[in-house]
Amino acid sequence: MAKTIDRQIISDLTGAGIDFVTSVPCKQLAGVIEVLNETPQILHVPSNKEDEGMGLCAGAYLGGSRPAIIMQNTALGVVVNTLATLIQFYQIPLPMLISYRGEVGEPVACQVEMALHTKAILNQLHIPTYHFHKASDVEELPGILSYTQMCSKPVAILTDATFWRTAQ
Amino acid sequence: MIRYEVLKTLLPVISDELVVCNIGSPSQELHALDDRGTNFYMLGTMGLASSIGFGLALVQDKPVISIDGDGSVLTNLATLSTIANNPRDNFILLIIDNGSYGSTGDQATYAGKKTSLAAVATACGCENVVEVSAEETAQAVKEALAARRMTIIVSKCQSGNVQVPVITKNPIMIRERFMEAVRG
Repeated sequence: MAKTIDRQIISDLTGAGIDFVTSVPCKQLAGVIEVLNETPQILHVPSNKEDEGMGLCAGAYLGGSRPAIIMQNTALGVVVNTLATLIQFYQIPLPMLISYRGEVGEPVACQVEMALHTKAILNQLHIPTYHFHKASDVEELPGILSYTQMCSKPVAILTDATFWRTAQ
Repeated sequence: MIRYEVLKTLLPVISDELVVCNIGSPSQELHALDDRGTNFYMLGTMGLASSIGFGLALVQDKPVISIDGDGSVLTNLATLSTIANNPRDNFILLIIDNGSYGSTGDQATYAGKKTSLAAVATACGCENVVEVSAEETAQAVKEALAARRMTIIVSKCQSGNVQVPVITKNPIMIRERFMEAVRG
């Protein structure tokens, strides 16, 4: 069941002109995806894998849309090449709303393994990275979205379990 | 016929259309044959020509032709299900199926053995899938454009490449020129 925070995030996306979103689901992002499907201003096309999703986003951008991708941090292990040779090489602005699994509050031990690499991968790729931990961190989202368009880069927004647990 | 010859026969049909072309030899050959602003050359990222072209077709109405290869489609097979489940009549996926990884030394792909990409596309739910010979390819693309119906075309041709230069154009120039063509 979607919460106010889920509606807030989608409303920030539409407010920033985002009109195309692809997603690979995560439990923490289920509410956001639910609201996404009820938002006519955004074309939501689920993808099977995040590199495929970034291909769809690149195409949507070429067609004049403003894309975004919703994914889990584990997928950063899948998309390194696509980020470097497609999104960064062709300078495509791409907000990545990422559920940061494996942080405090995580019930599944295996998720910790990719959590340990998440920021290191993003740092290695020189991707601007924002970490939402407290509920109020979401207030930065409109600024992050406009920054993404300004610099034409992929930008990561990591949202951890504490953020999702405390945000209303 | 090898891919280069298929591309040559395609020129009168695709020259004025939006084309997203696969990494390596396919983009290099198309670039050498007929460099245009309506061509988006993939300089990296194997496997995503189909997804990029489809993303473009989803958000605007002009016809889009993705020229992909059998090896590349095999690396991103699941996108056929995305394409099938979100059909757009302005999208044509042309798979040049020469049964080999042409850009890396013509190693055999599974598409040249037991795996039928046309059957996979059909199983994914694509409704208009045709397998044609290299010689029939230009006509098949022409018909798909005229029908304005989403079509997956598998063009069975021979393995082999011609020696053409690597694309040295700046990626931002390629992208901006292409986006201008999309808007124009």
